[in-house]
Formats: sequence, structure tokens, C-alpha cells
Amino acid sequence: MTPRFLLEISAFIAVIAALALLPLFASPYGITLMIGMLGYVALAIGWALFSGPTRYVSLATVAFFGIGAYTCAVFSEVLAYPLLLLVAGLIGLGVALVVGLATLRLAGVYFVIFTFGLAELIRQLVTWYEVNITGTLGRYIFLPVTPEGIYWQLLALTAAAFAMSWAISRSRLGLALKVIGEDEVVASHSGIDIARVKLGLFALSAVIMTLVGAIQAPRWTYVEPSIAFNPTVSFLTLIMALLGGANRLMGPILGAVPLFLLFEWLSANFPNHYSIILGLIFITIVFVLPNGVLDFIEKGWARRLPVAKPAEVHK
Amino acid sequence: MISMKRRVLLRTGAVAAVTVATGFGRAAWAEERKSIRIGYAISKTGPNAGGAGITTLPNYLLWAKDVQDAGGLELPDGSRLPLEIVEYDDRSSAEEVVRAIERLANEDKVDFILAPWGTGFNLAAAPLFDRYGYPQLAVSAVTDKAPDFVKRWKKSFWMLGGGHDYAKALAAIMADAGKAGTLNGKVAMVSVADGFGIDLVSAARPAFEEAGIEVVYDKTYPVGTSDFTPMINEAKASGADSFVAFSYPPDTFAITQQAQVADFNPKLLYLGVGTGFPVYAKNNSENATGILSLGGIDPANAANADYRKRHEAVTGIAPDYWGSVITYASLQMLQEAIRRKGLDREAVAAEIASGSFETVLGETKLEDNQLRKLWWTGQWQNGQFVGIAPGDRAGASQLVLPRQSWKKA
Repeated sequence: MTPRFLLEISAFIAVIAALALLPLFASPYGITLMIGMLGYVALAIGWALFSGPTRYVSLATVAFFGIGAYTCAVFSEVLAYPLLLLVAGLIGLGVALVVGLATLRLAGVYFVIFTFGLAELIRQLVTWYEVNITGTLGRYIFLPVTPEGIYWQLLALTAAAFAMSWAISRSRLGLALKVIGEDEVVASHSGIDIARVKLGLFALSAVIMTLVGAIQAPRWTYVEPSIAFNPTVSFLTLIMALLGGANRLMGPILGAVPLFLLFEWLSANFPNHYSIILGLIFITIVFVLPNGVLDFIEKGWARRLPVAKPAEVHK
Repeated sequence: MISMKRRVLLRTGAVAAVTVATGFGRAAWAEERKSIRIGYAISKTGPNAGGAGITTLPNYLLWAKDVQDAGGLELPDGSRLPLEIVEYDDRSSAEEVVRAIERLANEDKVDFILAPWGTGFNLAAAPLFDRYGYPQLAVSAVTDKAPDFVKRWKKSFWMLGGGHDYAKALAAIMADAGKAGTLNGKVAMVSVADGFGIDLVSAARPAFEEAGIEVVYDKTYPVGTSDFTPMINEAKASGADSFVAFSYPPDTFAITQQAQVADFNPKLLYLGVGTGFPVYAKNNSENATGILSLGGIDPANAANADYRKRHEAVTGIAPDYWGSVITYASLQMLQEAIRRKGLDREAVAAEIASGSFETVLGETKLEDNQLRKLWWTGQWQNGQFVGIAPGDRAGASQLVLPRQSWKKA
């Protein structure tokens, strides 16, 4: 185990180091592309961290993403930049704890609907506040952050999220999560503190999403609720994680990278048919690959050999 | 990019004397170049697609067709090059706008970039236009901060005014009508809780106060509201004979219908975005008459009338009465600036800032990088949405108050 572990660690570090050097060679557009991609990879990892093992499908991604973006906009002129990210993370954490305590008893479709509503609720609260208290809706972010700076921050965040996801999957906590996902009753009978485990994971995943929003927001210059709380972000994150396989360490990455590139290609080459193609992709993934690409490949591989002959007998 | 290419040519040519070389370089470069690349990112899908599809995109298409039909964009030496259009869908997402602009500038290396739709997206794009040295003719962006933006982004141009301009014009109209005894000096006002509504209403409150108009009812409603009956009834009971709604298109249509049902007949009726849409007149025919809103046109302007006809013929839809014609005019300014200065973006931006242009608006000239000769208030009269304020501007129509009561079908 030890040599393999070492190999994995060094491969991980090598990949991160290579990615960190990328801005020295890449064109400005390349960096922009990587920023968008890393943003979604980080969101998908964050999403899968909680939703993968527990099987709680969350559509609250953009709620936290938007909180991050808004925190950045509100405090960009008062706080120093690193502090800004810290505050954003803390606010995301606070909201996640409150929301988690209140709702993690919900299950199944109720949870899905609740999380979808949560994003809208926060958006409306922000709107209400801006309308009635500050009297303006849009906020400006004038921060001297370069695209390279944003890229490196996102890379660091993604690496940290990946490492956390890896550490959790190997820990007792990861095992506990898997049991919760399989059967909550069994889990609680085995002495797992279900509520605390779920809450902790939900909060961690929310902090990652919040930070993605806070890091990316300076690129937009202008933030208003419809920009920060765009529900597409939630759906894309969900579908990326599902494509790769939310239960696997590499799943979110294998889902986010190809889908992101596909969307980029579609918007350039089929700007008029983007929505239709996106819908078809959603349907395909849900019907054909409900457990993700990785699972599909493995199962397909395993099935092919023994199943091939009995199938002929039937004929 | 252009100077780069020229330098390479000069180096390879490296024989001629400097004076000859410059002439040769330019000729050779014009020969080598087969087209002028124009790029833009626009919301073709998502929540912004509606607005972009009415005010901005049809004008980009119309302009491109007009230029191609004329044999291409004319350059200072009189030659013409066809357009090559690079189009991206920003999917109504700020992150996508940013990426698409970077892509246009760095990958496609377009010669000019046309502005995206919406205040927020023009702001998201502005730092990139600035960084890569592209002039930005932001039309569909209503902002009071334009004077600041112009200082921050020297090549940005803001062409639709700010909330204060529209609010002040309306307050002035109401104050005058109040003095004349046409109106009772009281207004009921509703606004949508989103960028446009909030900007306008927060500008209108002080403007009304300054003009001595009493706001007796002031309510904000969330985006997506469809039942305005309670608000209309409260406004009706408020004693105000003016009703102002800083509304979005669906709200504008709904308020028009529901006010008819409630038989609510304020003497002055002012509605927000959507009033200037061609479909508004179609749906309300005679009942649109007398309704006020933002924007307008000079009905006597033949160039504008011709533009409206061509817009409908080419794109299949009629232009709106507010931003459409200005979008087209902004493209004409760009075209003319290229004709005068060539493809040097720095020179083109300077020309747009200081030059005077003959466009479908008539003679157009920017002040401090902003278009200030605008119609702040317009009114439906005889099936056209005509500009009435500023009243001292040439081509202004006369305001008609009070408006007629709803005609029941």
C-alpha cells in the first residue's frame, strides 16, 4: 500500500505543479478557459463531497456560489483581499450550518425541492435588502486581481477540495457516509451520528462552493442577484458530477472537464441550438449513465464477458 | 496585430526605402487581408435572450447585411473589405461573457468587438474591452455612472443615458402639467424589484420631490409578478391622477390589460420597458394612444423611418422605439470611423469620441463619450411612439394630456 500511496501522492503533486505553471505558457484565452473549467471542477467536487455518498441531490450550489460572489462585492472596498475570502467562507459556513440543521432531516425529492428553493430564497432576500435598505441593485467590484491570480486561487481551492475528498473517502467518516447513503436506519443503529456527519459534510461542501463564487466574482466587475444566483450553475454542476460519477474520487473531474469543453464548443459552433443540445445531454446522462461514466465502463466491462454467451442461448 | 503584420512584411521586404516601404507595406497588407473580422457575444439563450433578441441582435444582423450588400466595410483608401462575423452565445451568464470576449480578442483576433446586451454584461465586458484596446459602444446599458466609467475605461461609450435622466424628464412633464392644471400633482408609482426598476424609482423619488409632486403610493413588486390588480386598485383609491410603473415587458403588458379590466383611467399613464415594443401597439391598438414611456423617435426623421422599414423587412421583426435605432446608429458610427481612420482601434476610438456622424438618428455626436441627445420620454400618438422630452429638441412632438379613457372592445 505504501508505495502505491506514495505514487498517488507524487502524481497528484506533479499534476498540480504542472497546472500551476500553465499560465506561463498559455494564451490569455487559455487561462480564461482554465478558470471556467477549474471553477466547475471545484463546484462538482464540492457537490459530490456531500451529495455523492449521502445521495442527497442538492440544487443549492448556486445559493452558496452566489453568496460568495455577493460577499466579494459587498466587502470588496472595505476588506483586504485574503480577508475577503475568509469572510466569504465564514458566511457560507454559517448559512450552511443553519440551513443544514433545519433541513437535513428531509429526504429524497423534498430535499431537492428545498435546495432549489433555497437558492431562490437567498436571491430574493438579497434583492429585498438591496431594494429596501441600500436602494440600488447592482454592485461594482473593482479589485486588482489578474486572471492568473484567479486561476491560481481556483487551482489551490480545487487541489484542496480534491485532497479533502480523497482523505474523507479513506477515513472512518467516509465509511460512515457510505452507510448513510445505503441505509440511514442501519447507519444510526451502527452508532453513527447521522445528523452531525451530514451537517459537517454539507457545510464543508458549501464552503468550497462559496469560495468558488468569491474567487470568480472579481472577473465580472458588476454583480446583481440575477447574475450571481443564476440557477444554470446548479444544474450544470449537478450534471457534471453525475456524468463522471458522484461516488468516485475522479468522477467530478471526469464529468466537469469534458462537459465544460463541450459547452464551450457548442456555444461557439451551435449558438442557436445550445439549449436543445444541453437538454438532450441531460436526458442522455440520466437515462444511459445514471451512475456515471466510470461506473458504466466498469460494469460494461464486467458484464460483457460472462453475459455474451447466455444471450446467444436465448436466441 | 495589424502593426505586427506590417512589421513582418516590412522586414521580409527589407529592400525599399522607408517612404516607399510604408506605401508598399500598406498596399501589400490590404491585398493580403481578405476581410474585416467583427465579433460579438450575445445572449441567445437564457433570461436575457428576450431583450437581446429585440434590441441588439437584429441590428447586428441588419448592419452586417447592409455592409455586405454595399460590398464590405470601406477603408480610408477607398477599398472595401467584406465582414467576417464571429458570434458567440453568452447564455445569459456573466462568466460566459467574460470568456467569450477574451476568446474574441485572443483566439479569433477580431478587429472590432460589438457590445453585449444589458447593463451588467456591458460592465462585465468593459475591463476586457479596455485591456485589449477595443472601443466599446455600449448601447443597451442604462447607468448613471457613465461619467465615472468613461474615466476608468477611456474607450468605452455609453449611449442610453441613466435613470436620473429619464426620471427628471418625467418629473418635469408632470410638474408642467400640474402648473397648467391638467394634473393634480399627485402620483402613484410601482416599480419592479430589479436593476431597471430600482434605478428608476430611486431616481424618481427625489426628482418628484424636487418638482413638487406628491408621491401618494409607492410600491415595489418582485420580478415575475403577474397579478397587479391589488396595486392598481390601491393606486386608483390613492387620489393620484398619474400612474407610473417602472416595469419590465411582461409586467408592462399585464398592467395595461389589468388597468383596462379595473377601468383604471389615470390622466397620465407611464409604463416601463416593453411599451416601446412593436407588439405593444399591435396588441393594444388604439388603447396605446397617450401612454408614456422611455425613448421615442422623431416621426419626421426620414432616415429613421427608412431604417424601421428595412429592419422589419430584413429581420422579420419591427425595431423597438428605444434602444434599437441607437444600436444601429452606434454601428454606423463605428463603420464611419473605420472609413475615416482604418483599422487602428486607438484612432477609431478617438474618432468616435470626437467626430460627428450622420446616422439614422440624424447628426450624432458624443459628449464625454456619452450620447446625450436622447428622447427621455415618449408617447404613443397615431400608432407611433414619438419623443416628447426634451421638448426643446428638434423633432419633439407635443405632449397630449390627459390621455383618453380605455376603449372597450
